[in-house]
Amino acid sequence: MSAAPDLPPASTIAAWRVLLRGAGVLVALFVFCFWAAKGYHSGWTQTQVPVKQLDPITEIEFITYEDRFVPGVDYLGGGIFVGMVIFGVTFIRRRSPKSTRAAG
Amino acid sequence: MTHTLRSIAFAGFTILSAVAAPQVFDFEDPKGVNAVQFTLDSVLEPIAGTASDVAGKVTFDLANVAATQGKIAVETDSLKTSNSTMTEHLLSAGWVDAEKHPEISFAFTKLDDVKPAGDNRWSATANGDFTLKGVTKSISVPVTLTYLPGAFGKRINKPELPGDLLVVRGAFSIERADYGIKPGQNEDKVSPSIQLTFALVGGPEKK
Repeated sequence: MSAAPDLPPASTIAAWRVLLRGAGVLVALFVFCFWAAKGYHSGWTQTQVPVKQLDPITEIEFITYEDRFVPGVDYLGGGIFVGMVIFGVTFIRRRSPKSTRAAG
Repeated sequence: MTHTLRSIAFAGFTILSAVAAPQVFDFEDPKGVNAVQFTLDSVLEPIAGTASDVAGKVTFDLANVAATQGKIAVETDSLKTSNSTMTEHLLSAGWVDAEKHPEISFAFTKLDDVKPAGDNRWSATANGDFTLKGVTKSISVPVTLTYLPGAFGKRINKPELPGDLLVVRGAFSIERADYGIKPGQNEDKVSPSIQLTFALVGGPEKK
């Protein structure tokens, strides 16, 4: 009697685990590197960056916005969380038929 | 001779009247410099932004600065932060409700405690009504006025154009709960106080 005829072979599952763990690490690394390369911004993500300007006659300092994406710590945190979830999924084990029988 | 003297006297009187008469300054700036900046302390960093569609008129009398009066308004949907999602939240019904309340304004009828603060510069307190999200409250705003005679043309690169400028600077804070903005909610995450600063320039009234 076969324990679980619809399960893929153990080697395939192991290969997927390695692949997913690699992908999780890569996602987290990519997010960290992108965040670092964009200036280690420790505030919220910016989709427009304020630029201070000066009106020479009135000496009024005013702000214009430049369309630029600057990832913040919310982006970093979200990216690392996604990476950890992908990595963590590989630790979920399907209950073995033996333990199912024992529980039943 | 008498006729000439009369003409000179009349011309002098006309010029003096023109100079001494209250001037109306239009705060819809052609260079788009005018803006009100707002800041709220929050968990990670202060939430800061600007409201840039400013309009309004202020009547200013060089001979009687205390009589300065006017109304400045900003279009609510011109509020902007550096994060587009945050801006959407800010404009939503829970916050300033830009759709139902398209204008934020401050109208004042006189200045108190007017003190000279340099050449053509005064510090004062503007008392008036501040309206936000449909709620109007009387507030006092410390302001600095700077009068720049003949600077209008120079500023817009047309020095031949006559006209003066009036620069109004100030800062004040309000409690968001007073204006029905999330009263008592998330005060540990977003400060209940909103700091507002402004530096606005008014030019000659458009005829």
